[in-house]
Amino acid sequence: MQIEDFLLMRHEILLTLGILIILMADLFRPHGRESSFSGLAIGLMAVITLAGLLPVPQGSLFGGMYVSTPLFTLVKNVLTMGTLIVFLQAHSWMTGPLTLRRRSEFYILLMSTLLGMYFMISSGNFLMLYIGLELASIPVAAAAAYDKFRMDSAESGMKYILSSAVSSAILLYGISLIYGATGSLYFERVAAFYTGTPVQMLAFVLFFSGLAFKISLVPFHLWTADVYQGAPTGVTSYLSVVSKGASTFVLLVLLYTVFSKIALLWQPMLFVVAVVTMVVGNLFALRQQHMRRFIAFSSISQAGYILVGLAAGNQLGMSSVVYYILVYVCSNLGVFGVISAIEHATGKLRMDDYNGLYHTNPRLALLMTLSLFSLAGIPPVAGFFGKFFLFAAAAQQGMYVLVILATLNTIISLYYYLLVVKAMFINSNNTPVPFFRTCCVTRTGLVLCALGLVVLGFAAVVYQQMFDMSFGL
Amino acid sequence: MDVPVHFFLMLSAAMFFIGVFGFIIRRNMITLLMAVELMLNAVNINFVVFNRFLYPDYFEGFFFALFAIAIAAAETSVAIAIIINVYRKIRSIEADDVAEMKH
Repeated sequence: MQIEDFLLMRHEILLTLGILIILMADLFRPHGRESSFSGLAIGLMAVITLAGLLPVPQGSLFGGMYVSTPLFTLVKNVLTMGTLIVFLQAHSWMTGPLTLRRRSEFYILLMSTLLGMYFMISSGNFLMLYIGLELASIPVAAAAAYDKFRMDSAESGMKYILSSAVSSAILLYGISLIYGATGSLYFERVAAFYTGTPVQMLAFVLFFSGLAFKISLVPFHLWTADVYQGAPTGVTSYLSVVSKGASTFVLLVLLYTVFSKIALLWQPMLFVVAVVTMVVGNLFALRQQHMRRFIAFSSISQAGYILVGLAAGNQLGMSSVVYYILVYVCSNLGVFGVISAIEHATGKLRMDDYNGLYHTNPRLALLMTLSLFSLAGIPPVAGFFGKFFLFAAAAQQGMYVLVILATLNTIISLYYYLLVVKAMFINSNNTPVPFFRTCCVTRTGLVLCALGLVVLGFAAVVYQQMFDMSFGL
Repeated sequence: MDVPVHFFLMLSAAMFFIGVFGFIIRRNMITLLMAVELMLNAVNINFVVFNRFLYPDYFEGFFFALFAIAIAAAETSVAIAIIINVYRKIRSIEADDVAEMKH
């Protein structure tokens, strides 16, 4: 092994350095002065994002523990960009009076989580996967409880850490049975022996349940709404976008490589879970008034749509899921950007408060509309193409029933997304959110989302590149 | 005389489901953590037993158990920190009292 081989881990090494720099900056800051680390963190993340775009060689390290392929690098870049946008949008919150102390912790926690996701994506062994998964979920609990003086925040952190502990115990039990049934923890060897004996099926179901907790698929979704509502908006947007995207991608890769021989087992399973997830997520989203809770249920149903593409099991399925993750990052962060800007300016978080937003803050209302249209899948924006590819992948495999059910659910979801749009444009309000200007850093985050929403739909080269990197069963 | 493998596996399965059961019926947050710990230890027994009896050539199972113990400790410490924070606010660690958000 050469020293140059470590360049394969460029993303991880850079991010670790970034975490250390922030830690040191906090340690050696002038005594008695509270400084904001927002600029430093944003700068570091921007450097990591740009460095990630350089071409990276393909290969594996540490005897196959760590694997790097172009597709993995691409997904890591997407997640890094998502984190950068989250940091940009959290700027006004992090420089405001609400978070006067321990500012560096927010960045250190979220960046460690991102590091865990990198390792989780690049893992070639169940041990590596497990360590990455835990590194990606334990700091999130601390970040959810970040707002120390608010009870909801502590409650949400507690709910997150307890449900994530149980889910990882279930996942671990699955891994231990996988080890017992195949005699190895390396993905390649496990895949070779995974033929679908009863123990292996049980192990797979347990393993899937553990991951389903993290993606909040329906029988395991109960923590989502409370955690999203209680955690600070910056953490919630990170959790719903970056965290969910990484776990979904890992599930995708494992299903298509390690568990590819038992596709006949997991395809009907995903069918049922996808349908239940979409229906439950949509029905609960209909009656929500709190914006973060509303987005929580909407993001549950979005996970259901992603499963439709996952269940297909072909090359189109894989590329459509990766593409949808990218689009979902832009659209959900657009929604969260507006929510957090309004929360920061006025403290308002209920849907009624958005009545008449268009008349006072037209640009925020337009971005919100674009993002909601993208989540619902209305043509000019990127979300439409994302959903189209997902459903096309399932249709290509002849899963017409699933596609029809998913389309019906899209129509239901259109209703509640349009409720917000209606509130902003049509409903009248005696005390609307007053006009305000967000600071230029936060605005950059919002503009990036809007650009992504418009450009990603039409830049066919993005999707084409993902399709070339993908593979089917 | 050696104890057969399936005895160990039955023990670990029993421990795991006692943990699940405890997690569902208990209301005290520290007890919830204990239930999770029971589940994790069941997993460790599984790993060690599989390694010792079925695949003694490599130490993959032992190493996994070691890592699982360390990570479980980290998880518990974060959980306890959060529970202490909750306790400072409401002077209670009953899970039912921590229910500000209801839909």
